Amino acid sequence: MTDMTISTASDLHTSGAAQARLKARYAREARFKAYGLVAIGFAVTALVFLLWTIVSNGYTAFMQTSIRIEVMIDAERIEGTTPAEKRSDLALRTADWRGMVNASLAAKFPDVPRSDRRFVNDMVSQGAGTQVRDLVLSNPNLIGQSVTLWVLAHSNVDMLHKGFIERDAPPNRRPVNDRQIALYDQLVKEGSLEAKFNFRFLVGANSASPELAGMWVAIVGSFWTLVICLAIAFPLGVLTAVWLEEFAPRNKWTDLIEVNINNLAAVPSIVFGLLGLAVFLNFFGMPRSSPFAGGIVLALMSLPIMIIAARASLRAVPPSIRQAAIGLGASKLQAITHHVVPLAMPGILTGTILAMAHALGESAPLMLVGMNAFVVDVPTGPLDAATVLPVQVFRWAGQPERGFVEKTSAAIMVLLVFLLFMNAAAIYLRKKFERRW
Amino acid sequence: MTAKTFAIAAVVAAAVALPGIAQAQGRDQIRVVGSSTVFPFTTAVAEEFGRQGRFRTPVVESTGTGGGMRLFCQGVGVEHPDYTNASRRITRGEFETCTRNGVQVVEIAVGFDGIVVADRIGGANFPLTREQIWKALARQVPVNGALVNNPNRTWNQIDPSFPNRRIEVLGPPPTSGTRDSFVELVMDVGCRNIAEIRAITDPAARTRACGAIREDGAFVEAGENDNLIVQRLTTSAEAMGIFGFSFYDSNRDKIKSHPIEGIAASLETISASQYPVSRPLFIYMKNNHVGVIPGVLEFAAEYMSDRAAGTDGYLGDRGLVPMPDATRRSLRTSVMNRQVLTQVN
Repeated sequence: MTDMTISTASDLHTSGAAQARLKARYAREARFKAYGLVAIGFAVTALVFLLWTIVSNGYTAFMQTSIRIEVMIDAERIEGTTPAEKRSDLALRTADWRGMVNASLAAKFPDVPRSDRRFVNDMVSQGAGTQVRDLVLSNPNLIGQSVTLWVLAHSNVDMLHKGFIERDAPPNRRPVNDRQIALYDQLVKEGSLEAKFNFRFLVGANSASPELAGMWVAIVGSFWTLVICLAIAFPLGVLTAVWLEEFAPRNKWTDLIEVNINNLAAVPSIVFGLLGLAVFLNFFGMPRSSPFAGGIVLALMSLPIMIIAARASLRAVPPSIRQAAIGLGASKLQAITHHVVPLAMPGILTGTILAMAHALGESAPLMLVGMNAFVVDVPTGPLDAATVLPVQVFRWAGQPERGFVEKTSAAIMVLLVFLLFMNAAAIYLRKKFERRW
Repeated sequence: MTAKTFAIAAVVAAAVALPGIAQAQGRDQIRVVGSSTVFPFTTAVAEEFGRQGRFRTPVVESTGTGGGMRLFCQGVGVEHPDYTNASRRITRGEFETCTRNGVQVVEIAVGFDGIVVADRIGGANFPLTREQIWKALARQVPVNGALVNNPNRTWNQIDPSFPNRRIEVLGPPPTSGTRDSFVELVMDVGCRNIAEIRAITDPAARTRACGAIREDGAFVEAGENDNLIVQRLTTSAEAMGIFGFSFYDSNRDKIKSHPIEGIAASLETISASQYPVSRPLFIYMKNNHVGVIPGVLEFAAEYMSDRAAGTDGYLGDRGLVPMPDATRRSLRTSVMNRQVLTQVN
């Protein structure tokens, strides 16, 4: 058999050895497909597990427990001698609202001994007084009247209601005592305690109390940071890409620039944060914690990515377009601004949006320029102190209070929704304006 | 959409960027930096302060005690913070930097914090002394009269009455004020009666030998995120954790603390100075900024008020151990008189 020759083509395919080889090749292909499926299956499982953990931990944060109380808006507790004085903004802001809430709780539970009053007061949130205040600020005619309203329950009561606190645990191992559990049961029975949709979580300011904490400052902060980032990175990125792609001579200097841009795209983001701290904060004296400084840092970080994306889409425009334009008498600048850049714009925009999405999810460099601060007042511009969404997630994850566990996961969900929207926009733009030559 | 897109982008960039740089930096918002241990208390006061509506809510940043002092002492002016949180007293070096830069410092003690050695709920009781903790965690311990690299692997090597349990302690990194306090309150005291340490004549070398913590894996630096330590404790039968009392207090259903020298950590034992591992917490006010940044003195007043740092105050709910009322009130008076720190030993 050593000197076997192949006489016909059919021998090649039908001989026993050939059949065996064919079978082995099919088997190899099947195995390869199986590896691929396993890889995808692994990725999908990991993703599902991740999302499931976040959603199952976080969905409860969108509901917040409230307690219905009847508050007497006591004119005695508002400073001022005449009714007009009592209605002034300052008097209303500094009145003893919390005292009114406590008095109404005392009236609601008259049989609680004096020594246990503190536990009753701790059933409602520290922000309950502010809720009453805001109501009266919007309608000063309520002074002297009795109002029924829903105030937020303390986070511990909220956790109890959501089942995160074991009520059968020994008293020294749970944050609510027997008295408070009895009051809770009484409130549930009479229908004065309900979980309501938590608008405050989306449009409220941050707080040190989990039941009051909201994301609005972080959302606004992220918005301003991205506006600054886009305003700086987009024009610089597009101009750099156009020059490198259309005008730059091929020599060792442009090669050097090109290599550097590619390397910069791979520099860890924290390095840009250190640069921002040293240059923008310490040298130029930009305000700490401001979206302005944060946006510049993120712009530096996303610039290389945007340049690379923009160059790729400029290169995808066929040379015939340029040649035709120049052949018809257009100048080089006209050929570029009238034809090449518009045709490359969908690709440039897609790259820009993806770079922005990347910037939205970035936290490390921003923490170095002080954007990990506790900020309550909503920033009115890029120079006010602010924080951003991923940093907010990080901060809440480190808080000791149990109530912040669900807030952390819920904040991740909000961040993911924003990212999803940005990526969807990128896909939409690509599909809508995509051109094939 | 071509040239126009460029033009619009450029105009937007200029419109946003230029006023930013041009705008003078007035500030009507208090800025606080410093310790992550004091951070939750200061944020609670800041929020309450802002809620009253007279001033804007202060911005509080957690930078660690040392980092906060650096920013605080850098100088006077709106670009520098008005307060810094500290989980230990200001050091002489920091104070000198402050003085050199013209910063007048007002020291405000706000309450106490304890440091606990914590374990998972189901674990056995484990009453410790500071000497035992030192022997478990010091880098070098005496064996047959000489200091050698810590050979202790299990707790029963330190005291035969302890179970045969691997030594694994999770604690704060060197940048943390909790770590400084742990070294000062536990390690420095724990080595006091060790003859071989007492034999070291050079005081600096003695302090080093006392305070050095082993780096062979028995002590794990767990970063600043205490939630991770709690998670590790609940899943491990061997690990113990070191952190602040307030953190332990919020997680009582998951972890317990070991008594130190027979005394369990609680609000009562810490405020009565019985629990041995407790420390005062501070905020430092920049006297130069009173009257310049609106609300600076009023913020200190709120922090020291009965309703905040008092015995039943809202800071107590967050785990700050309040000072005795009389002490706090007399301290409050001296702060309101803006008594500036003149020397630090």
